[in-house]
Amino acid sequence: MIQAFAFYLFATVVIASGAMTIFARNPVHSVLWLILAFFNAAGLMLLVGAEFIAMLLVIVYVGAVAVLFLFVVMMLDIDFAELRAGITRYLPIGMLLAVVLVSELIFAALAWRIGTIDVSGGLAPTPDPAVVPNIKAIGQLLYTRYLYIFEGAGLVLLVAMIGAIVLTHRARGGVKPQNISKQNRRRPQDATRNINQPVGQGVEL
Amino acid sequence: MIGLQHYLVVSAILFVMGVLGIFLNRKNIIVILMAIELILLAVNLNFVAFSAYLHDLVGQVFAMFVLTVAAGEAAIGLAILVIYFRGRGTISVDDPSRMKG
Repeated sequence: MIQAFAFYLFATVVIASGAMTIFARNPVHSVLWLILAFFNAAGLMLLVGAEFIAMLLVIVYVGAVAVLFLFVVMMLDIDFAELRAGITRYLPIGMLLAVVLVSELIFAALAWRIGTIDVSGGLAPTPDPAVVPNIKAIGQLLYTRYLYIFEGAGLVLLVAMIGAIVLTHRARGGVKPQNISKQNRRRPQDATRNINQPVGQGVEL
Repeated sequence: MIGLQHYLVVSAILFVMGVLGIFLNRKNIIVILMAIELILLAVNLNFVAFSAYLHDLVGQVFAMFVLTVAAGEAAIGLAILVIYFRGRGTISVDDPSRMKG
């Protein structure tokens, strides 16, 4: 009973905040609604026992991605009113397409239920949560069978990080950065010289 | 009791919401990126729901990889957005014909 109540609460809030994300006038509000949607989706995942993914969703999306969005929205000085100009023009056809698409998807989901597609016999049966916790079971699977894909995911993150740095880095003029390798290459005999300075004359540089 | 169909319907609605967001806010790249995040969230919800109801952990493992790709995509997308804004002073994607190379 309480589970059904929680499901309907989370589902209602996630759909409502998803709608507010795309319809909000101010992009800062959009980001905040997106954060609410992520929180409630994490709640939905908790209800079916996927604790690790739910916590990951909160940490990665709310803690990193949404804050990144917030930074960018607040950093750039953008005229948002001008960007919303065409929205009423696209609204009727967009709604029509959305209704068609969602009814088709729901129809497919319901047809899948009464169909005869056999999906039993999965790849990795979930162990009993009382014996092996969710996080441990995922770890045992991730570090053995999916090790290479896991490392590939790490590589994707590395490439994304380097790409973001390379794209947004700009070399500013007027600053005097320290070149460590050039400093370390410098030897005393190149940097100094001994001269026999005559008395009464200026030093020649 | 909550069944798999309930989860599928919720994630289908969320997915279509993301598609609608891309369609409606086609000038504003920031909202388009957020709509893409919504779509990936719906996909993740589908993965997790199937994983739970079929008693198969692979769905949750793949939801994690989708999460990884979503995080990388958001970082790169926002970086491109920042340099686009720096060069042009606006983020309107109405006239991409000036994009060369």
